[in-house]
Amino acid sequence: MNCARVLGLGPAFRRAALQPRAVLRNQVALRNVVQRRGVMTQIMKPEQVTDILNAQRVVRPNSPHMTIYQPQLTWVLSIFNRGTGVALSVLLYGFSVAYVAAPLAGIPFTGADVVNFVAGMPDAVKVAGKLVLAAPFSLHAWNGLRHLSWDMGKLLTVKGCYSSGYLVLGATAVTTIGLLFV
Amino acid sequence: MSSSLARSSLFRAVHAAASSSSRVSLARRTFATTVARAQAEPVPQEKQPLLKEFKIYRWNPDEPAKKPALQTYSVDLNQCGPMILDALIKIKNEVDSTLTFRRSCREGICGSCAMNINGTNTLACLCRIERDTKDTKIYPLPHMYVVKDLVPDMTLFYKQYKSIEPYLKNDNPPEKGEFLQSIEDRRKLDGMYECILCACCSTSCPSYWWNQDEYLGPATLMQAYRWMADSRDSYGKERGEKLQNEMSLYRCHTIFNCSRTCPKGLNPAAAIAKIKLELATD
Repeated sequence: MNCARVLGLGPAFRRAALQPRAVLRNQVALRNVVQRRGVMTQIMKPEQVTDILNAQRVVRPNSPHMTIYQPQLTWVLSIFNRGTGVALSVLLYGFSVAYVAAPLAGIPFTGADVVNFVAGMPDAVKVAGKLVLAAPFSLHAWNGLRHLSWDMGKLLTVKGCYSSGYLVLGATAVTTIGLLFV
Repeated sequence: MSSSLARSSLFRAVHAAASSSSRVSLARRTFATTVARAQAEPVPQEKQPLLKEFKIYRWNPDEPAKKPALQTYSVDLNQCGPMILDALIKIKNEVDSTLTFRRSCREGICGSCAMNINGTNTLACLCRIERDTKDTKIYPLPHMYVVKDLVPDMTLFYKQYKSIEPYLKNDNPPEKGEFLQSIEDRRKLDGMYECILCACCSTSCPSYWWNQDEYLGPATLMQAYRWMADSRDSYGKERGEKLQNEMSLYRCHTIFNCSRTCPKGLNPAAAIAKIKLELATD
């Protein structure tokens, strides 16, 4: 918009314009100045400028984020940690509430009832059910230890984050398989 | 085109303004090569063109109804500098002058050209163009309001930085001379004072995406710790107390996107963890 000012040439142009001899010698420079000035005129009061800015702010889009950010172990593992935490909590609270509320509604829900219910299932469903419970539990437990080490000031480098992250994934795989045999 | 015009008019203006002959000759010497280069015939290139496609996020505030979209530009890498910023400038100069982005120092010290390149936030001037034919996607910093194309609105980011009072506060300045500091105390600031506030880290942080209005974000928090850790500052406790609430600091879940993406190789995640540790053991 305001090339002369951006380049810090205002004083130079002005001096060039005010010196009669310089004008004769530098008609090109002068023409440049005149042309520039011809393009850029629209004087506004500060309030008008604010109005334009506010009108623009209303329509500004939010730049894309999760969908375009490169999947990295850092934040993907963090999302899984959050997801498994929420799922495990829902399960715990749901089970606890059901344990208290079900008998009131006349549905048998004691420990023995649950054991009998599970025992009657086909083996494939049992293994799948164990996997669905064991994998999130292992991940969340191991990653919890990782978080505790961070809170103690350990592993606070990108390298530490990555190596401990892969360690958590490995440990999760091992304990998940182990829990399948329990 | 426009830059060479500006350059030649600059030459003339300096020429005109210089009153003494020594200044004239200095100006001539300074700009002689530039002008000669601008007037020289382009040297014929022997290399085969190596075309790479750049897909760049576009949004124009003058046409707000038009949805933001990626626009594809093809650039011959053999006619272009090595960095992403070189490609952007080349596109702006030669193909599409409406492409808008911030840039200044082109050497990674001003932080203007921070943007999301191939999915990670970095400075365009420090990011090499990969010499292959895969396309490169360039977006503005994630989850920021877009002023135009690759220019995000940084108002909130700067306000947050201002809110931590990023300057030395000490009610008992030394009676004579300057604040003195041991080498060990000075060393505590290494890795923090180098921050250029490009906002790559803050805008890479999912917590900052979702809670930008209240969570300060890694860049600001690291600067908060930079002043807490400074032995010359006597307001460390007050600075810490200001962060003692649910949102300002504790939305950090040690995700490490910030440290992973920092173009200067700094470690905001560690600084934030140290604030938490200090507040917990206070």
